[in-house]
Amino acid sequence: MPATRFPARAGGTAERMADFMAHLRANGLPVGPPETEIALKAFTNIKAWDTTEARLALKAICAGDADRFARFDDLFDAYWLNGGRERQGFTTREERRTKHRVPTFGPGVDRSARSGEKGTLDQPDGDDASDGAEQSGDGRLVASRLRNIEKVDLRELMMPEDLKRAERVAERFGKTIRDRRSRRRKAARRGAQLDLRRIARTSVSAGGEPIRLLKRRRPDRPVHLVALLDVSGSMTVYARVFLAFLKGLMSADQRTDAYLFHTRLVPISDALRDHDSLRAVNRLSLLADGFGGGTRIGANLTQFNAQYAAQRVNGRSVVVILSDGYDSDPPDVIAAALQRLKKRGCRIVWLNPLKGWKDYEPVAAGMAAALPHIDLFAPANTLEDLAALEPQLQRL
Amino acid sequence: MTWTDLKSDLAATGYVASDDLAMALHLSLVLGRPLLLEGAAGVGKTQVAKTLAELKDTRLIRLQCYEGLDAAAAIYEWNYQRQLLSIRAAANEDTSSEEIEERIFSDKFLLRRPLLEAIQQETAPVLLIDEIDRADEEFEAYLLEVLSDFQISIPELGTIEATTRPHVVLTANGARDLSDALRRRCIYSFVDYPDRTAELAILNKRNPGIEARLAGQIVGFVQALRKEDLEKKPGVAETLDWAAALSGLGINDLAEDPVALQASLVCLLKTQADRAAIPAEVAQRLAGKAA
Repeated sequence: MPATRFPARAGGTAERMADFMAHLRANGLPVGPPETEIALKAFTNIKAWDTTEARLALKAICAGDADRFARFDDLFDAYWLNGGRERQGFTTREERRTKHRVPTFGPGVDRSARSGEKGTLDQPDGDDASDGAEQSGDGRLVASRLRNIEKVDLRELMMPEDLKRAERVAERFGKTIRDRRSRRRKAARRGAQLDLRRIARTSVSAGGEPIRLLKRRRPDRPVHLVALLDVSGSMTVYARVFLAFLKGLMSADQRTDAYLFHTRLVPISDALRDHDSLRAVNRLSLLADGFGGGTRIGANLTQFNAQYAAQRVNGRSVVVILSDGYDSDPPDVIAAALQRLKKRGCRIVWLNPLKGWKDYEPVAAGMAAALPHIDLFAPANTLEDLAALEPQLQRL
Repeated sequence: MTWTDLKSDLAATGYVASDDLAMALHLSLVLGRPLLLEGAAGVGKTQVAKTLAELKDTRLIRLQCYEGLDAAAAIYEWNYQRQLLSIRAAANEDTSSEEIEERIFSDKFLLRRPLLEAIQQETAPVLLIDEIDRADEEFEAYLLEVLSDFQISIPELGTIEATTRPHVVLTANGARDLSDALRRRCIYSFVDYPDRTAELAILNKRNPGIEARLAGQIVGFVQALRKEDLEKKPGVAETLDWAAALSGLGINDLAEDPVALQASLVCLLKTQADRAAIPAEVAQRLAGKAA
């Protein structure tokens, strides 16, 4: 077993433990002094000199969720058994830059996919040299594998497990949009408030004694999602992930509707509901024999208005359009179609993969024409972007 | 008691725990902290609490969480109808309103729900809060308060202090993300499907009459089945059911009777899609591998 080499100033058990907690913290585990205290207390109850026992105990105390539980062994080895690398000049800049905490993904996350990634914590960024004041002199041990898939442009996400993750993000996305409650209150079997009117009415039969307490509550008024996905040539690179995203939206709620469009508009709800992803993709490819062709956003939206909107879209709908806005129809067609759609009372969210690019301006004629009718125009080229939309969606 | 003792005690009571789990349980007992167990359905999370109660020879008090669970259903409630009757009855007597009030807000009219019940026991019970992720976030916040102080304040009666601190076991299977505050207050363990040896041990513990060769086949089959792409993977409970079903059917060898094998799979596969995903040929292949 390799000897444990501690950072230069480590002293007694308490200090080492505190330092270990700092190591965990630097690797994204939310631990602090309370955990240190419990850990030290726990060590009086086990054979602390036994690595296995110490590992199990610290894991039980510090892990907290399935993902961290799976990562913990690496972190433990990195610190106590010198399995990690000594790293100089660690700052937490990266964490501050990504304000939205990435959604937690479940166990069994393939971490190998993340290790070969660019722009991660391993090397200090070029501009880091300038703010040397932030860098502490002593090194920190960092387990070599890092979280952070979300920064990759969606084009790079082609592995099945990444698609799964896209589905997860979509599920959250769908839930955020959907969970709404009415302002008004209705009679219900259980609820927070007493329904005085009904109580008074039923108490008549009991001689005026309010024997049965009836309740009322604010009923759910779920929002329906309608998703329109552009699969034209310019969007092919994103198509698979967006399809997975749509599939996630569908599985989060049975009432969600999904459509593909390129030069035609194709309803794909049934195909996406297929629980077998592979078969779903096959069914889709049969449906969508125009995949990667030209785009006619305006005409397709007009067709959507004429054919489906009447049944599918109402005041409680959110229409999500995933497209880059490159349209071969004249821009006023798209504007007119969106205006008409808007009249149904729905809200329109346009997710544009190009918007995440640096210096993007919505200059494509179609996009520019569409902008005035859109409630939320957001980038969609990384999963993180999609996840970061949550607060904005809540306000819709 | 050390954690290895605890592990062997659990095994003697019929629960085969992994090292992770045994250590987490041990720490939660010695440190007096709640134990949070996560994992897929059917891996034996709830069973931990039951076994612990059996081991400690105390009561198991169970609070099953569901959407819309509120404090009234989890902590206490006044027996409203009874209070009303009491007021009615007192109307004919010559009692002052203070007396009536004192009477109807007394212990007799209090309906104890699991959380209040758990802190008022003479010997520390095991309090199982099952599927906490199904309850609403407000309830989770309330639970945090109860779990940190072990006291409940009832406006009419005052604060009720815990006579004993229950051993708290919380289970969750990921219906919603739990708050970090709750996670930090708990000792955590992720319960995974048992590996081959562990599952064999469980099967032998729970179903001692089973033939060694068949037991090996059963476990091998289920382990292989979990690797298939299923909507709902069979848990340990399903394995035990299936073993019981097979012995009930008098099957001694999985490869022996394909029709009966296929029919008995109802014990393992619980959705139509999963049934369709494992046709007879696949079942035969898995059985062949397991043998």
